[in-house]
Amino acid sequence: MDDKQKPQTIAQKILACHCGRDHVSEGEIINADVDIVLGNDITLPIAIEEFNKIGTGKVFDRDKIVVVPDHFAPNKDIKSAQQCKFMREFAREQDIKNYFEIGKMGIEHALLPELGLVLPGNLIVGADSHTCTYGALGAASTGVGSTDVAVAMATGKLWFMIPRTIKFMYSGDLRKWITGKDLILHTIGLIGVEGALYKSMEFSGSAVSKLSMDSRFTMSNMAIEAGGKFGIFEVDEITEEFLKFRSDGNYKIFRSDPDAEYEKIYNIDCSDIKLQVAAPHLPSNAKNAEDLKDINIDQVVIGSCTNGRMEDLKISAEILKGKKVDKNIRVIIIPATQNIYLEALKKGYIETFINSGCVVSTPTCGPCLGGYMGVLAEGERAVSTTNRNFVGRMGHPGSEVYLSGPAVAAASAIAGRIATPEEVI
Amino acid sequence: MIIRERTIKYGDNVDTDVIIPARYLNTSDDRELASHCFEGLDRDFKEKVKEKKIIIAGNNFGCGSSREHAPLSIKTSGVKAIIAASFSRIFFRNSINIGLPVISSREAADFIQDGDELEVDFSSGRIKDITRDKVFNINPLPEFIQGIIKSGGYINFVKEDLNK
Ligand code: SF4
Repeated sequence: MDDKQKPQTIAQKILACHCGRDHVSEGEIINADVDIVLGNDITLPIAIEEFNKIGTGKVFDRDKIVVVPDHFAPNKDIKSAQQCKFMREFAREQDIKNYFEIGKMGIEHALLPELGLVLPGNLIVGADSHTCTYGALGAASTGVGSTDVAVAMATGKLWFMIPRTIKFMYSGDLRKWITGKDLILHTIGLIGVEGALYKSMEFSGSAVSKLSMDSRFTMSNMAIEAGGKFGIFEVDEITEEFLKFRSDGNYKIFRSDPDAEYEKIYNIDCSDIKLQVAAPHLPSNAKNAEDLKDINIDQVVIGSCTNGRMEDLKISAEILKGKKVDKNIRVIIIPATQNIYLEALKKGYIETFINSGCVVSTPTCGPCLGGYMGVLAEGERAVSTTNRNFVGRMGHPGSEVYLSGPAVAAASAIAGRIATPEEVI
Repeated sequence: MIIRERTIKYGDNVDTDVIIPARYLNTSDDRELASHCFEGLDRDFKEKVKEKKIIIAGNNFGCGSSREHAPLSIKTSGVKAIIAASFSRIFFRNSINIGLPVISSREAADFIQDGDELEVDFSSGRIKDITRDKVFNINPLPEFIQGIIKSGGYINFVKEDLNK
Protein backbone atom coordinates (compact mmCIF):
# COMPACT_ATOMS: atom_id res chain seq x y z
CA MET A 1 0.00 0.00 0.00
CA ASP A 2 1.20 3.48 -0.84
CA ASP A 3 1.79 5.51 2.36
CA LYS A 4 -0.87 8.00 1.31
CA GLN A 5 -3.65 5.44 1.57
CA LYS A 6 -2.50 3.93 4.84
CA PRO A 7 -5.18 4.25 7.53
CA GLN A 8 -4.34 6.76 10.23
CA THR A 9 -5.27 7.66 13.80
CA ILE A 10 -6.65 11.04 14.89
CA ALA A 11 -3.23 12.01 16.22
CA GLN A 12 -1.55 11.29 12.89
CA LYS A 13 -4.23 13.14 10.94
CA ILE A 14 -4.05 16.29 13.04
CA LEU A 15 -0.25 16.35 12.93
CA ALA A 16 -0.22 15.71 9.17
CA CYS A 17 -2.71 18.50 8.56
CA HIS A 18 -0.51 20.92 10.53
CA CYS A 19 2.53 20.31 8.37
CA GLY A 20 0.61 20.49 5.12
CA ARG A 21 0.57 16.78 4.38
CA ASP A 22 -1.97 13.99 3.94
CA HIS A 23 -0.02 11.38 5.76
CA VAL A 24 2.66 11.08 8.43
CA SER A 25 4.31 7.92 9.71
CA GLU A 26 4.89 6.89 13.28
CA GLY A 27 8.35 7.76 14.55
CA GLU A 28 8.84 10.45 11.93
CA ILE A 29 9.85 13.96 13.06
CA ILE A 30 7.96 16.88 11.56
CA ASN A 31 8.00 20.64 11.97
CA ALA A 32 4.35 21.65 12.41
CA ASP A 33 2.32 24.85 12.76
CA VAL A 34 0.70 25.24 16.14
CA ASP A 35 -2.73 26.82 16.73
CA ILE A 36 -2.37 27.85 20.37
CA VAL A 37 0.67 28.36 22.60
CA LEU A 38 0.06 28.51 26.35
CA GLY A 39 2.24 29.63 29.24
CA ASN A 40 1.77 30.22 32.97
CA ASP A 41 3.48 32.11 35.76
CA ILE A 42 5.96 29.29 36.44
CA THR A 43 6.97 28.32 32.94
CA LEU A 44 6.53 31.49 30.91
CA PRO A 45 9.19 33.60 32.65
CA ILE A 46 11.88 31.15 31.44
CA ALA A 47 10.22 31.02 28.01
CA ILE A 48 10.29 34.82 27.74
CA GLU A 49 14.02 34.91 28.51
CA GLU A 50 14.63 32.28 25.81
CA PHE A 51 12.27 34.06 23.41
CA ASN A 52 14.32 37.24 23.80
CA LYS A 53 17.45 35.34 22.79
CA ILE A 54 15.90 34.29 19.46
CA GLY A 55 15.59 37.92 18.48
CA THR A 56 12.40 38.04 16.40
CA GLY A 57 11.20 40.80 18.72
CA LYS A 58 7.53 40.10 18.14
CA VAL A 59 5.54 36.95 18.76
CA PHE A 60 4.37 35.16 15.59
CA ASP A 61 0.69 35.89 16.21
CA ARG A 62 -0.57 37.79 19.23
CA ASP A 63 -3.99 36.12 19.05
CA LYS A 64 -2.58 32.61 19.32
CA ILE A 65 -0.74 33.02 22.58
CA VAL A 66 -2.51 32.48 25.88
CA VAL A 67 -1.01 33.66 29.15
CA VAL A 68 -2.49 32.66 32.51
CA PRO A 69 -1.08 33.49 35.93
CA ASP A 70 -2.62 30.67 37.96
CA HIS A 71 0.00 28.58 39.78
CA PHE A 72 1.18 31.07 42.40
CA ALA A 73 -1.44 33.73 41.64
CA PRO A 74 -2.92 35.74 43.33
CA ASN A 75 0.76 36.26 44.11
CA LYS A 76 1.83 34.02 46.95
CA ASP A 77 5.06 35.84 47.81
CA ILE A 78 7.47 38.48 46.52
CA LYS A 79 9.24 36.16 44.09
CA SER A 80 5.93 35.02 42.58
CA ALA A 81 4.88 38.63 42.31
CA GLN A 82 8.07 39.35 40.36
CA GLN A 83 7.41 36.45 38.00
CA CYS A 84 3.81 37.50 37.42
CA LYS A 85 4.92 41.07 36.82
CA PHE A 86 7.52 39.97 34.28
CA MET A 87 4.88 37.95 32.47
CA ARG A 88 2.25 40.71 32.63
CA GLU A 89 4.71 43.22 31.14
CA PHE A 90 5.57 40.83 28.34
CA ALA A 91 1.86 40.32 27.58
CA ARG A 92 1.33 44.10 27.44
CA GLU A 93 4.40 44.74 25.34
CA GLN A 94 3.39 42.05 22.85
CA ASP A 95 -0.24 43.15 22.98
CA ILE A 96 -1.39 39.64 23.77
CA LYS A 97 -5.17 39.51 23.74
CA ASN A 98 -5.56 36.36 25.76
CA TYR A 99 -3.85 37.43 28.94
CA PHE A 100 -6.06 36.67 31.93
CA GLU A 101 -5.46 38.74 35.03
CA ILE A 102 -6.70 37.45 38.39
CA GLY A 103 -10.41 38.24 38.57
CA LYS A 104 -10.80 36.91 35.03
CA MET A 105 -8.33 34.12 35.47
CA GLY A 106 -9.04 30.47 36.13
CA ILE A 107 -6.83 27.39 36.22
CA GLU A 108 -5.55 27.37 32.65
CA HIS A 109 -6.83 23.93 31.62
CA ALA A 110 -10.35 24.71 32.81
CA LEU A 111 -10.25 28.23 31.44
CA LEU A 112 -9.19 27.67 27.83
CA PRO A 113 -11.98 25.20 26.94
CA GLU A 114 -14.54 27.27 28.84
CA LEU A 115 -13.71 30.30 26.71
CA GLY A 116 -13.66 28.37 23.45
CA LEU A 117 -9.98 29.12 22.88
CA VAL A 118 -9.18 25.49 22.06
CA LEU A 119 -11.14 23.60 19.44
CA PRO A 120 -11.39 20.21 17.75
CA GLY A 121 -8.63 19.50 15.26
CA ASN A 122 -6.30 22.07 16.82
CA LEU A 123 -2.63 21.42 17.49
CA ILE A 124 -1.98 22.99 20.89
CA VAL A 125 1.17 23.22 22.98
CA GLY A 126 1.53 24.59 26.47
CA ALA A 127 4.40 24.87 28.88
CA ASP A 128 2.44 22.79 31.33
CA SER A 129 2.26 19.03 31.36
CA HIS A 130 -1.53 18.96 31.73
CA THR A 131 -2.03 20.71 28.40
CA CYS A 132 -3.16 17.26 27.27
CA THR A 133 -6.56 18.16 28.85
CA TYR A 134 -7.85 19.63 25.56
CA GLY A 135 -7.71 16.23 23.93
CA ALA A 136 -11.23 15.90 25.34
CA LEU A 137 -12.28 18.22 22.51
CA GLY A 138 -10.74 16.09 19.78
CA ALA A 139 -7.58 18.18 19.65
CA ALA A 140 -3.93 17.13 19.60
CA SER A 141 -2.71 18.94 22.66
CA THR A 142 0.40 18.36 24.68
CA GLY A 143 2.72 19.75 27.31
CA VAL A 144 6.15 21.01 26.32
CA GLY A 145 8.93 22.92 28.06
CA SER A 146 9.73 26.59 28.25
CA THR A 147 12.27 26.51 25.42
CA ASP A 148 9.65 24.92 23.17
CA VAL A 149 7.20 27.66 24.06
CA ALA A 150 9.84 30.28 23.31
CA VAL A 151 10.39 28.80 19.85
CA ALA A 152 6.65 28.38 19.23
CA MET A 153 5.97 31.99 20.27
CA ALA A 154 8.69 33.25 17.94
CA THR A 155 8.01 31.08 14.90
CA GLY A 156 4.57 29.47 15.30
CA LYS A 157 6.23 26.12 14.65
CA LEU A 158 7.59 23.26 16.70
CA TRP A 159 9.14 19.84 16.14
CA PHE A 160 7.01 16.79 16.88
CA MET A 161 7.65 13.10 16.71
CA ILE A 162 4.65 11.17 15.40
CA PRO A 163 3.50 8.95 18.27
CA ARG A 164 2.02 5.49 18.18
CA THR A 165 -1.51 5.18 19.55
CA ILE A 166 -3.05 3.01 22.25
CA LYS A 167 -6.81 2.69 22.20
CA PHE A 168 -8.97 2.34 25.30
CA MET A 169 -12.48 1.01 24.75
CA TYR A 170 -14.80 1.56 27.71
CA SER A 171 -18.06 -0.37 27.82
CA GLY A 172 -20.80 -1.06 30.35
CA ASP A 173 -22.80 1.19 32.65
CA LEU A 174 -21.13 3.30 35.28
CA ARG A 175 -22.07 2.64 38.90
CA LYS A 176 -23.48 5.43 41.05
CA TRP A 177 -21.00 8.22 41.89
CA ILE A 178 -18.46 7.03 39.30
CA THR A 179 -16.96 9.79 37.15
CA GLY A 180 -14.13 10.16 34.65
CA LYS A 181 -11.65 10.33 37.54
CA ASP A 182 -12.43 6.76 38.57
CA LEU A 183 -12.10 5.54 34.97
CA ILE A 184 -8.75 7.22 34.47
CA LEU A 185 -7.31 6.18 37.85
CA HIS A 186 -8.39 2.64 37.09
CA THR A 187 -6.78 2.88 33.65
CA ILE A 188 -3.48 4.24 34.97
CA GLY A 189 -3.54 1.52 37.63
CA LEU A 190 -3.91 -0.99 34.83
CA ILE A 191 -1.15 0.24 32.54
CA GLY A 192 1.21 2.00 35.00
CA VAL A 193 2.76 5.46 35.04
CA GLU A 194 4.72 4.76 31.89
CA GLY A 195 2.13 2.54 30.24
CA ALA A 196 1.57 5.12 27.50
CA LEU A 197 5.02 6.67 27.41
CA TYR A 198 5.46 8.78 24.22
CA LYS A 199 2.07 7.42 23.02
CA SER A 200 -1.20 8.99 22.04
CA MET A 201 -4.07 7.61 24.14
CA GLU A 202 -7.42 7.37 22.39
CA PHE A 203 -10.50 7.08 24.60
CA SER A 204 -13.64 5.58 23.09
CA GLY A 205 -16.39 3.03 23.53
CA SER A 206 -20.05 3.03 24.49
CA ALA A 207 -19.44 4.11 28.11
CA VAL A 208 -17.42 7.10 27.00
CA SER A 209 -20.11 8.31 24.64
CA LYS A 210 -22.34 8.91 27.67
CA LEU A 211 -19.66 10.67 29.65
CA SER A 212 -20.04 14.41 30.41
CA MET A 213 -17.52 16.87 28.99
CA ASP A 214 -16.31 17.57 32.54
CA SER A 215 -15.49 13.89 33.04
CA ARG A 216 -13.79 13.74 29.64
CA PHE A 217 -11.57 16.70 30.54
CA THR A 218 -10.61 14.87 33.74
CA MET A 219 -9.59 11.79 31.76
CA SER A 220 -7.61 13.63 29.10
CA ASN A 221 -6.00 15.69 31.86
CA MET A 222 -4.42 12.61 33.38
CA ALA A 223 -3.10 11.06 30.15
CA ILE A 224 0.29 12.48 31.14
CA GLU A 225 0.12 10.50 34.38
CA ALA A 226 0.49 7.37 32.22
CA GLY A 227 3.27 9.07 30.25
CA GLY A 228 0.93 9.89 27.33
CA LYS A 229 1.59 12.60 24.77
CA PHE A 230 -2.07 13.09 23.90
CA GLY A 231 -5.33 11.86 25.47
CA ILE A 232 -7.90 12.19 22.71
CA PHE A 233 -11.68 11.73 22.53
CA GLU A 234 -13.54 11.79 19.25
CA VAL A 235 -15.97 14.66 18.75
CA ASP A 236 -19.62 13.64 19.28
CA GLU A 237 -22.93 15.34 20.11
CA ILE A 238 -21.80 16.02 23.68
CA THR A 239 -18.70 17.81 22.38
CA GLU A 240 -20.73 19.77 19.84
CA GLU A 241 -23.24 20.76 22.51
CA PHE A 242 -20.39 22.03 24.69
CA LEU A 243 -19.00 24.06 21.79
CA LYS A 244 -22.30 25.48 20.61
CA PHE A 245 -22.01 28.73 22.56
CA ARG A 246 -18.25 28.76 22.66
CA SER A 247 -17.27 28.79 19.01
CA ASP A 248 -18.55 29.81 15.61
CA GLY A 249 -18.38 26.19 14.50
CA ASN A 250 -15.30 26.91 12.50
CA TYR A 251 -13.27 23.83 13.30
CA LYS A 252 -12.23 20.62 11.66
CA ILE A 253 -13.23 17.22 13.00
CA PHE A 254 -10.79 14.36 12.57
CA ARG A 255 -11.61 10.71 13.21
CA SER A 256 -9.38 7.68 13.30
CA ASP A 257 -9.81 5.39 10.30
CA PRO A 258 -11.67 2.24 11.31
CA ASP A 259 -8.72 0.09 10.28
CA ALA A 260 -6.07 2.38 11.80
CA GLU A 261 -3.19 0.57 13.42
CA TYR A 262 -2.98 0.64 17.21
CA GLU A 263 -0.08 -0.46 19.31
CA LYS A 264 -2.56 -1.99 21.69
CA ILE A 265 -6.29 -1.98 22.38
CA TYR A 266 -7.59 -2.26 25.94
CA ASN A 267 -11.19 -3.29 26.55
CA ILE A 268 -12.38 -2.03 29.90
CA ASP A 269 -15.75 -2.98 31.38
CA CYS A 270 -16.85 0.01 33.45
CA SER A 271 -19.61 -1.84 35.28
CA ASP A 272 -16.82 -3.42 37.36
CA ILE A 273 -15.19 -0.14 38.30
CA LYS A 274 -15.76 1.05 41.87
CA LEU A 275 -14.78 4.42 43.37
CA GLN A 276 -11.01 4.70 43.00
CA VAL A 277 -8.24 6.17 45.13
CA ALA A 278 -4.58 6.34 44.11
CA ALA A 279 -2.45 5.82 47.21
CA PRO A 280 0.94 7.54 47.65
CA HIS A 281 3.28 8.02 45.87
CA LEU A 282 2.22 7.21 42.31
CA PRO A 283 -1.00 7.93 40.40
CA SER A 284 -0.91 4.28 39.34
CA ASN A 285 -1.43 2.97 42.90
CA ALA A 286 -5.15 2.73 42.22
CA LYS A 287 -7.25 0.91 44.81
CA ASN A 288 -10.93 0.64 45.62
CA ALA A 289 -11.84 3.41 48.04
CA GLU A 290 -13.78 0.92 50.15
CA ASP A 291 -10.55 -0.93 50.90
CA LEU A 292 -8.86 2.15 52.40
CA LYS A 293 -11.38 3.01 55.10
CA ASP A 294 -8.88 2.95 57.93
CA ILE A 295 -6.75 5.73 56.43
CA ASN A 296 -7.12 8.84 58.60
CA ILE A 297 -6.63 12.21 56.97
CA ASP A 298 -5.83 15.81 57.90
CA GLN A 299 -6.98 17.66 54.80
CA VAL A 300 -9.26 17.41 51.79
CA VAL A 301 -8.74 19.42 48.62
CA ILE A 302 -11.43 19.61 45.95
CA GLY A 303 -10.29 21.55 42.91
CA SER A 304 -7.54 21.74 40.25
CA CYS A 305 -7.51 21.35 36.48
CA THR A 306 -8.49 17.73 37.03
CA ASN A 307 -11.60 18.11 39.19
CA GLY A 308 -12.48 21.74 39.84
CA ARG A 309 -15.35 21.89 37.35
CA MET A 310 -19.13 22.13 37.78
CA GLU A 311 -19.71 18.37 37.87
CA ASP A 312 -17.20 18.05 40.69
CA LEU A 313 -18.69 20.86 42.75
CA LYS A 314 -22.19 19.51 42.17
CA ILE A 315 -21.29 16.04 43.45
CA SER A 316 -19.40 17.53 46.40
CA ALA A 317 -22.35 19.75 47.32
CA GLU A 318 -24.80 16.85 47.07
CA ILE A 319 -22.75 14.89 49.58
CA LEU A 320 -21.89 17.79 51.91
CA LYS A 321 -25.37 19.33 52.00
CA GLY A 322 -26.61 19.58 55.59
CA LYS A 323 -23.48 17.82 56.91
CA LYS A 324 -20.45 19.08 58.82
CA VAL A 325 -16.87 18.28 57.94
CA ASP A 326 -15.04 16.25 60.57
CA LYS A 327 -13.71 18.49 63.35
CA ASN A 328 -10.16 17.24 62.96
CA ILE A 329 -9.70 18.09 59.31
CA ARG A 330 -9.42 21.05 56.97
CA VAL A 331 -11.38 21.11 53.73
CA ILE A 332 -10.39 23.42 50.89
CA ILE A 333 -12.60 23.81 47.83
CA ILE A 334 -11.32 25.68 44.79
CA PRO A 335 -13.62 26.29 41.81
CA ALA A 336 -11.37 26.15 38.76
CA THR A 337 -12.58 29.35 37.08
CA GLN A 338 -14.47 32.52 37.96
CA ASN A 339 -17.44 31.32 35.89
CA ILE A 340 -17.58 28.01 37.70
CA TYR A 341 -17.34 29.88 40.99
CA LEU A 342 -20.23 32.16 40.03
CA GLU A 343 -22.34 29.28 38.78
CA ALA A 344 -21.72 27.34 42.01
CA LEU A 345 -22.69 30.42 43.96
CA LYS A 346 -25.97 30.73 42.07
CA LYS A 347 -26.75 27.07 42.58
CA GLY A 348 -26.17 27.39 46.34
CA TYR A 349 -23.16 25.05 46.40
CA ILE A 350 -20.84 27.65 47.90
CA GLU A 351 -23.29 28.23 50.74
CA THR A 352 -23.44 24.48 51.32
CA PHE A 353 -19.64 24.29 51.44
CA ILE A 354 -19.29 27.17 53.88
CA ASN A 355 -22.09 25.88 56.11
CA SER A 356 -20.35 22.52 56.20
CA GLY A 357 -17.15 24.15 57.38
CA CYS A 358 -15.13 24.21 54.15
CA VAL A 359 -12.84 26.98 52.95
CA VAL A 360 -13.71 28.21 49.46
CA SER A 361 -10.92 29.90 47.53
CA THR A 362 -10.62 32.01 44.42
CA PRO A 363 -9.39 29.99 41.42
CA THR A 364 -5.72 29.03 41.71
CA CYS A 365 -3.51 25.93 41.44
CA GLY A 366 -2.39 26.66 45.02
CA PRO A 367 -2.18 23.43 47.03
CA CYS A 368 -2.23 21.08 44.00
CA LEU A 369 1.49 21.60 43.52
CA GLY A 370 2.28 22.40 47.13
CA GLY A 371 2.40 26.09 46.28
CA TYR A 372 0.20 27.75 48.89
CA MET A 373 -3.41 27.75 50.21
CA GLY A 374 -3.14 24.39 51.92
CA VAL A 375 0.44 23.11 52.00
CA LEU A 376 0.88 19.95 54.13
CA ALA A 377 3.17 19.62 57.16
CA GLU A 378 5.39 16.64 57.90
CA GLY A 379 3.40 13.49 58.54
CA GLU A 380 0.12 14.98 57.28
CA ARG A 381 -2.15 13.23 54.87
CA ALA A 382 -4.62 14.60 52.32
CA VAL A 383 -7.32 13.26 50.06
CA SER A 384 -7.24 15.39 46.96
CA THR A 385 -9.05 15.52 43.63
CA THR A 386 -5.82 16.64 41.96
CA ASN A 387 -3.67 14.52 39.65
CA ARG A 388 -0.30 13.85 41.29
CA ASN A 389 0.68 12.23 44.57
CA PHE A 390 4.45 12.20 44.19
CA VAL A 391 6.67 12.59 47.27
CA GLY A 392 6.29 16.16 48.55
CA ARG A 393 3.79 17.17 45.87
CA MET A 394 1.52 19.00 48.31
CA GLY A 395 4.14 20.10 50.80
CA HIS A 396 6.59 18.43 53.17
CA PRO A 397 8.41 15.41 51.68
CA GLY A 398 7.06 13.49 54.67
CA SER A 399 3.41 14.22 53.79
CA GLU A 400 1.08 12.03 51.74
CA VAL A 401 -1.55 12.59 49.06
CA TYR A 402 -4.35 10.17 48.16
CA LEU A 403 -5.93 11.01 44.80
CA SER A 404 -9.67 10.58 44.30
CA GLY A 405 -12.70 11.94 42.51
CA PRO A 406 -15.11 14.41 44.13
CA ALA A 407 -17.42 11.79 45.68
CA VAL A 408 -14.71 10.14 47.78
CA ALA A 409 -13.18 13.52 48.64
CA ALA A 410 -16.47 14.95 49.90
CA ALA A 411 -17.37 11.77 51.81
CA SER A 412 -13.90 11.69 53.36
CA ALA A 413 -14.32 15.31 54.44
CA ILE A 414 -17.29 14.29 56.55
CA ALA A 415 -15.81 11.04 57.84
CA GLY A 416 -12.33 12.37 58.62
CA ARG A 417 -10.88 9.31 56.93
CA ILE A 418 -11.13 7.81 53.46
CA ALA A 419 -14.82 7.08 52.91
CA THR A 420 -17.42 6.43 50.23
CA PRO A 421 -20.65 8.45 49.92
CA GLU A 422 -22.82 5.53 51.09
CA GLU A 423 -21.19 5.75 54.51
CA VAL A 424 -22.02 9.38 55.14
CA ILE A 425 -25.31 10.06 53.41
CA MET B 1 32.25 14.70 22.27
CA ILE B 2 33.69 12.29 24.82
CA ILE B 3 33.24 12.56 28.58
CA ARG B 4 34.79 10.54 31.36
CA GLU B 5 32.94 10.76 34.66
CA ARG B 6 31.67 8.75 37.62
CA THR B 7 28.02 7.96 38.25
CA ILE B 8 25.24 8.52 40.76
CA LYS B 9 22.50 5.89 40.46
CA TYR B 10 18.79 6.38 41.20
CA GLY B 11 15.74 4.15 40.73
CA ASP B 12 12.52 4.20 38.67
CA ASN B 13 10.05 7.06 38.20
CA VAL B 14 12.24 9.87 39.52
CA ASP B 15 9.68 12.66 39.15
CA THR B 16 10.07 16.40 38.66
CA ASP B 17 8.70 17.10 42.15
CA VAL B 18 11.67 15.38 43.77
CA ILE B 19 14.13 16.86 41.25
CA ILE B 20 12.97 20.39 42.00
CA PRO B 21 9.99 20.83 44.33
CA ALA B 22 7.39 23.37 43.24
CA ARG B 23 8.06 25.60 46.24
CA TYR B 24 11.27 26.70 44.53
CA LEU B 25 9.65 27.46 41.18
CA ASN B 26 9.07 31.08 42.07
CA THR B 27 12.41 31.83 40.46
CA SER B 28 14.05 31.07 37.14
CA ASP B 29 17.56 31.74 38.47
CA ASP B 30 19.49 28.62 37.48
CA ARG B 31 22.03 28.83 40.34
CA GLU B 32 19.26 29.04 42.89
CA LEU B 33 17.39 26.18 41.25
CA ALA B 34 20.54 24.07 41.25
CA SER B 35 20.98 24.64 44.99
CA HIS B 36 17.75 22.65 45.56
CA CYS B 37 18.33 19.97 42.93
CA PHE B 38 17.16 16.47 44.00
CA GLU B 39 16.28 17.84 47.41
CA GLY B 40 13.19 15.63 47.62
CA LEU B 41 15.14 12.47 46.79
CA ASP B 42 18.72 12.73 47.91
CA ARG B 43 19.90 15.28 50.47
CA ASP B 44 23.54 14.42 49.65
CA PHE B 45 23.27 15.11 45.92
CA LYS B 46 25.03 18.45 46.21
CA GLU B 47 28.07 16.77 47.75
CA LYS B 48 28.01 13.76 45.42
CA VAL B 49 27.80 15.80 42.22
CA LYS B 50 31.18 17.40 42.95
CA GLU B 51 32.75 14.02 42.16
CA LYS B 52 30.11 12.19 40.14
CA LYS B 53 28.66 13.84 37.08
CA ILE B 54 26.65 11.21 35.22
CA ILE B 55 23.22 10.20 36.50
CA ILE B 56 22.05 6.64 35.94
CA ALA B 57 18.35 5.91 36.47
CA GLY B 58 15.62 3.40 35.82
CA ASN B 59 12.31 3.78 34.02
CA ASN B 60 10.43 6.99 33.29
CA PHE B 61 13.06 9.45 34.54
CA GLY B 62 11.72 13.01 34.86
CA CYS B 63 8.05 12.09 34.89
CA GLY B 64 5.52 14.63 36.05
CA SER B 65 5.53 18.30 35.33
CA SER B 66 6.80 20.11 32.26
CA ARG B 67 9.01 22.35 34.37
CA GLU B 68 12.22 23.01 32.47
CA HIS B 69 13.57 23.99 35.89
CA ALA B 70 14.17 20.24 36.40
CA PRO B 71 16.74 19.57 33.63
CA LEU B 72 18.04 23.12 34.12
CA SER B 73 18.79 22.55 37.81
CA ILE B 74 20.49 19.24 36.95
CA LYS B 75 22.58 20.79 34.19
CA THR B 76 23.57 23.77 36.33
CA SER B 77 24.57 21.39 39.14
CA GLY B 78 27.31 20.17 36.82
CA VAL B 79 25.77 16.93 35.57
CA LYS B 80 27.20 16.07 32.14
CA ALA B 81 24.73 13.38 31.01
CA ILE B 82 21.82 11.24 32.15
CA ILE B 83 21.52 7.60 31.15
CA ALA B 84 18.15 6.02 31.97
CA ALA B 85 16.17 2.93 31.01
CA SER B 86 13.51 5.36 29.74
CA PHE B 87 12.62 9.04 30.07
CA SER B 88 9.35 10.89 30.39
CA ARG B 89 8.55 12.55 27.08
CA ILE B 90 8.61 16.17 28.19
CA PHE B 91 11.76 15.78 30.29
CA PHE B 92 13.57 14.17 27.35
CA ARG B 93 12.49 16.98 25.06
CA ASN B 94 13.43 19.69 27.54
CA SER B 95 16.86 18.22 28.10
CA ILE B 96 17.63 18.13 24.39
CA ASN B 97 16.26 21.63 23.98
CA ILE B 98 18.62 23.01 26.64
CA GLY B 99 21.57 20.89 25.49
CA LEU B 100 21.76 18.37 28.35
CA PRO B 101 22.66 15.00 26.79
CA VAL B 102 20.16 12.25 27.64
CA ILE B 103 20.59 8.63 26.61
CA SER B 104 17.93 5.91 26.81
CA SER B 105 19.44 2.50 27.24
CA ARG B 106 17.76 -0.10 29.39
CA GLU B 107 20.73 -2.42 29.17
CA ALA B 108 23.25 0.19 30.28
CA ALA B 109 20.95 1.61 32.96
CA ASP B 110 20.45 -1.83 34.49
CA PHE B 111 24.11 -2.82 34.40
CA ILE B 112 25.95 0.30 35.48
CA GLN B 113 26.28 0.69 39.24
CA ASP B 114 26.55 3.69 41.52
CA GLY B 115 30.07 5.13 41.47
CA ASP B 116 31.21 3.37 38.29
CA GLU B 117 33.52 5.30 36.04
CA LEU B 118 32.18 5.73 32.51
CA GLU B 119 33.47 6.96 29.22
CA VAL B 120 30.66 8.18 26.96
CA ASP B 121 31.27 8.98 23.32
CA PHE B 122 28.19 10.79 22.04
CA SER B 123 29.23 10.93 18.39
CA SER B 124 29.90 7.23 17.97
CA GLY B 125 27.16 6.27 20.43
CA ARG B 126 29.30 4.26 22.84
CA ILE B 127 29.17 3.93 26.63
CA LYS B 128 32.11 2.22 28.30
CA ASP B 129 31.86 1.15 31.92
CA ILE B 130 35.55 1.36 32.84
CA THR B 131 35.03 0.02 36.37
CA ARG B 132 33.35 -3.15 35.13
CA ASP B 133 34.95 -3.29 31.68
CA LYS B 134 31.84 -3.45 29.55
CA VAL B 135 30.80 -1.55 26.43
CA PHE B 136 27.29 -0.57 25.34
CA ASN B 137 26.41 0.70 21.91
CA ILE B 138 23.55 3.14 21.93
CA ASN B 139 21.09 3.99 19.17
CA PRO B 140 22.08 7.24 17.53
CA LEU B 141 19.55 10.04 18.00
CA PRO B 142 17.46 11.09 14.97
CA GLU B 143 19.30 13.48 12.70
CA PHE B 144 17.02 16.41 13.49
CA ILE B 145 17.68 16.02 17.20
CA GLN B 146 21.42 15.65 16.63
CA GLY B 147 21.20 18.95 14.79
CA ILE B 148 19.68 20.61 17.85
CA ILE B 149 22.38 19.22 20.12
CA LYS B 150 25.10 20.22 17.67
CA SER B 151 23.82 23.80 17.69
CA GLY B 152 23.97 23.79 21.48
CA GLY B 153 20.21 23.72 22.02
CA TYR B 154 16.93 24.54 20.30
CA ILE B 155 17.25 28.32 20.63
CA ASN B 156 20.57 28.43 18.77
CA PHE B 157 19.27 25.94 16.23
CA VAL B 158 16.27 28.14 15.45
CA LYS B 159 18.41 31.28 15.37
CA GLU B 160 20.72 29.69 12.82
CA ASP B 161 17.70 28.63 10.81
CA LEU B 162 16.15 32.11 10.87
CA ASN B 163 19.42 33.66 9.73
CA LYS B 164 19.78 31.31 6.78
S1 SF4 C 1 -4.12 22.61 39.00
FE1 SF4 C 1 -2.30 21.43 39.50
S2 SF4 C 1 -1.97 20.07 37.80
FE2 SF4 C 1 -3.42 21.63 37.13
S3 SF4 C 1 -2.18 23.19 36.13
FE3 SF4 C 1 -2.39 23.76 38.27
S4 SF4 C 1 -0.61 22.87 39.30
FE4 SF4 C 1 -0.79 21.88 37.32
